[in-house]
Amino acid sequence: MNQRSSNLLDEALGLDQVIEPWPLRGRVVAIEDQVETSGSFVLHHLLKRSLSPNSSNVTIFIAFSQPFSHYDRILRKLGCNLVSQRDNSRFFFFDMLKLQCPDGDEGITPEGGLIALYGKIHKTISALPEISWKNVSIIIDDLSLMEVAANGSSDYVLDFLHYCRTLTSEFDCSLITLNHEDIYSSEDRPTFFIQMEYLADILIKAEPLATGLATDVHGQLTVSNKGRNKVSNFHFKVKENVVECFYPGRS
Amino acid sequence: MAESIYRALRDGALEGELAPALTIKDSVASPFALQVFSHVISQLFSSILAGKSQSRGLVVVSFSRSPSFYLDLLKNKGTDVASSNKQIQILDCYSDPLGWKDQLAGSRNFTALSNEAMVSSNAIVFREVKHMDKLYNSIIELGKDQISSIFWLLHSDLHEARVTAVLEYLSSIVASLEPSHQLANGQRGDLENFSLIKHNSKKGKFHVRFKKRNGRVRVMSEEVHIEQSGINFASLPSEGAINQGLVPKVQFSLQLSEKERIDKANVVLPFEHQGNGKPIQIYDGRRSLVDSKHERPVSAVENVQTNENCGSGEIIYYRDSDDEMPDSDEDPDDDLDI
Repeated sequence: MNQRSSNLLDEALGLDQVIEPWPLRGRVVAIEDQVETSGSFVLHHLLKRSLSPNSSNVTIFIAFSQPFSHYDRILRKLGCNLVSQRDNSRFFFFDMLKLQCPDGDEGITPEGGLIALYGKIHKTISALPEISWKNVSIIIDDLSLMEVAANGSSDYVLDFLHYCRTLTSEFDCSLITLNHEDIYSSEDRPTFFIQMEYLADILIKAEPLATGLATDVHGQLTVSNKGRNKVSNFHFKVKENVVECFYPGRS
Repeated sequence: MAESIYRALRDGALEGELAPALTIKDSVASPFALQVFSHVISQLFSSILAGKSQSRGLVVVSFSRSPSFYLDLLKNKGTDVASSNKQIQILDCYSDPLGWKDQLAGSRNFTALSNEAMVSSNAIVFREVKHMDKLYNSIIELGKDQISSIFWLLHSDLHEARVTAVLEYLSSIVASLEPSHQLANGQRGDLENFSLIKHNSKKGKFHVRFKKRNGRVRVMSEEVHIEQSGINFASLPSEGAINQGLVPKVQFSLQLSEKERIDKANVVLPFEHQGNGKPIQIYDGRRSLVDSKHERPVSAVENVQTNENCGSGEIIYYRDSDDEMPDSDEDPDDDLDI
């Protein structure tokens, strides 16, 4: 039931066929959303797919936005038990909320903190058997809060993202990030935001409908898959246990 | 037109001149600069291997792709990288540009992977990208010789306008990619807009501006098609239509008919020596008198062939340019790029 409804999204991402080996390996997926249309459901969906029992995927989740309990609750409704996955070493949760906002005089600089985070991710992946490296997904929720944690220095965050990208070529793992478009809309040159669009192999945009709010449709998703040279657009509705995706006019 | 770019880079620097410098720039609306860059690099490398170009080697400074991307690209295009010896060198500013891996290896039990040690003989890792002088020195060291041509990829919306402008001034060739269709801002989510987005993801416009030695600037445009296999260039479909549109609609005919074109081509211009063995008649405004069998001496006629050596004066005439319509009333100084 769940699989059937989200099929459009899976299709656009290449996840509708076999998911072992992980179809998104070596790719960077960037999710962009806005206040009116939150894109976290895409993140949850990808997390659920990567932790599916049909695959041996390992997920490293870097959370700046919510604690573990939040994701646990949501994924349980989608039919996935994060606690047991964590115990089985299929799910690694890096809780960045507990990270102190570093000041210069404590000896921990934003740059130092990000370097350490990169080191931790690298170490976690290297510790896995080599055969599972390409089945690793790194999920970051979300980039704008990472910028806050780095005291606003988007340069360090961009450096960190570059190094995360080298992980995708080194280990053939995948990188999935979430960022908010409207935070940067007031800047003349939203470099940080645009840089992510250049880096992404697959760009998923969650936007409101041009016609405004509606009860049956929560918004629209545009998926640009550069690897397959394909662009798809469809509407979505976020329900309690599932997300329904459908072409316009066919709810 | 992409051919012209390739030729300019292949022919390299002329004696006493600066090497050609190419900027390939794009924006997020048509992010195909990488495909164009890959296309140029593979063409140039083939000509280097074949010995057809002025340059004897290629140095790639890679920031956003791993060295294996370029090596695979060249291999896929059929060039034999393995036996290319030292003809391609890659300065790897991608794997560890800021030296983070070194820092981590020093402080904790960070295990550098074995495949990192398998650095190919073509790629050298560079870890101090923020030190511009060291970066520059490393590039020069790899290149060893004089530079024949240089080209770079630029994402114009990631930099301030003046940075992009400076790089354009430095370049002798600027190739920019633009979307086929401009999207209306603030009209997101339109079905029409989506079809434009879809169109823009597969096609784009490619504008190239050449700065010539004599100061003239030539602008050309083509269409690019992005396919799985790579990039294709085609001439703009509605070019004729654009030209037609520039001619104002007035009651007299401003274009030449075919017969007029032929007649015009047959006219002998005053100072063009098209002798064919007969004495050249230099028209001094009195041809009508000569024709009417006047007894006026034809003192105006000079027999060029016999007089060449007696220093009685010569008129040497070089046509200004062949690709300009003779009657074109464009200001020749109009396209100077100062």
